[in-house]
Amino acid sequence: MAAVAVKDLRVVRGGRVVLPGLTCEVEAGAVTGLLGPSGSGKSTLLRSIVGVQRVAGGEIDVLGAPAGSRRLRSRVGYMTQAPSVYGDLTVRENLRFFARVLGLPVTVVDETIEAVALADHADWIVGRLSGGQLTRVSLATALLGSPDLLVLDEPTVGLDPVLRRDLWTVFHRLTGEGKTLLVSSHVMDEADRCDHLLLLREGRLLATGTSAELRARTGAEKLDEAFLRLIDEAGEAA
Amino acid sequence: MSPRVTWAVAVRVLSQLRRDPRTLVLILGVPCLLETLLEQIFKQRGEVFQHIGAPLLGMFPFVTMFLVTSITMLRERRSGTLERLMTMPLGKLDLLAGYGIAFAVLAALQAAVVSALTFGLLGLDVAGPYWLVGVLAVANAVLGTALGLFVSAFAQTEFQAVQFMPAIVLPQIILCGLFVPRDAMAGWLHGLSDALPFTYAYDALARTTTNSLGGSFAIDVAVVAGSVLLALALGAVTLRRRTG
Repeated sequence: MAAVAVKDLRVVRGGRVVLPGLTCEVEAGAVTGLLGPSGSGKSTLLRSIVGVQRVAGGEIDVLGAPAGSRRLRSRVGYMTQAPSVYGDLTVRENLRFFARVLGLPVTVVDETIEAVALADHADWIVGRLSGGQLTRVSLATALLGSPDLLVLDEPTVGLDPVLRRDLWTVFHRLTGEGKTLLVSSHVMDEADRCDHLLLLREGRLLATGTSAELRARTGAEKLDEAFLRLIDEAGEAA
Repeated sequence: MSPRVTWAVAVRVLSQLRRDPRTLVLILGVPCLLETLLEQIFKQRGEVFQHIGAPLLGMFPFVTMFLVTSITMLRERRSGTLERLMTMPLGKLDLLAGYGIAFAVLAALQAAVVSALTFGLLGLDVAGPYWLVGVLAVANAVLGTALGLFVSAFAQTEFQAVQFMPAIVLPQIILCGLFVPRDAMAGWLHGLSDALPFTYAYDALARTTTNSLGGSFAIDVAVVAGSVLLALALGAVTLRRRTG
């Protein structure tokens, strides 16, 4: 079953066609990796799914409702690419604010801080945290209230390998609870941790499947290589 | 609109201000310094200070809150926090009203401090009640906040936002009747000043000086309140859930 169904999505930003007519699905209860080089339209697709991107055409169904619907606003968690939290507030103050907006009890704040391993820094001013810690505050905000769908734009960028592994453990625990995750990355080595992949290039879907499938199909050992071969194939077909 | 969310926004904005003591000191201290300077330069002509002291008391919150709000809102737009909030169950008016409440609280504090100095140490006297000057100061702050929220939509950088102060606030101060009585202005200038909200804010303050609080005063207050609502409505239009 699809948690998100995108059909003929067309997005034009600043006179440039970013997504010329994209169709794809995100499977429910799994981690779907949205991979592609920067500028391929990953963030635009994610923004469209959470309903903050002006779209020129097409349909997006999210958890049974059109993207951006009022009733999705407490069911979808979104983490923007740049950490979108208040730099002049503490970690706890940030989360308390977003929890209040979401109408959640304050008890979720400490739980969520634990989940991203920031308990030691709960009373730190966010602006004084390291890049990786900042990313985790932003991620924690998206996790508040355990939304059914989590849309995460490059959540592991700039994190050390141990933290990345820990976060992926969190992601898989969430899918174990029936949540759906859509995670973008331009680092191919994260692909093996995803249940499904959407490979995006220049606003078009290049391929879908699991990492193993894509490697087997192209005969490549690494996904980077598989990606290049798929680009060549697409070029020959055109 | 939800009172819970509006309150959450107001508390958050106030917490942010609390974390920035230097800004707080400037907001409270600078008007005190300016009132003192005015009282001193008009030492020989005390009636001038008695005439403009109260209107200026009401003008500071208008200018400060316009600046502070337009920058804070611009940061919200540019840092991605606005985009995140737009995916959450938050009404646009919750955000705007939350800002309005937070800056009104700050303005009340500013008005209290500056009034204590001006009416106390500097010996300013008004025929109308002192508390009314304070209330009008807070109303002006809300007007400044509402205009600041609206114009922040047209600034892409902090440099641009700061320039909106001389562009939008100063003409209103020049034309409000403080420098030249409005009756002595050329027809087109008089007409222009009729269209500017601060003209009415200034007029209301000037009327507290002479305690002429009749129908004209009520109209002034109504126009200021209407302008606040109009600016907030325009601000809400500029807040879009979906952006390019």
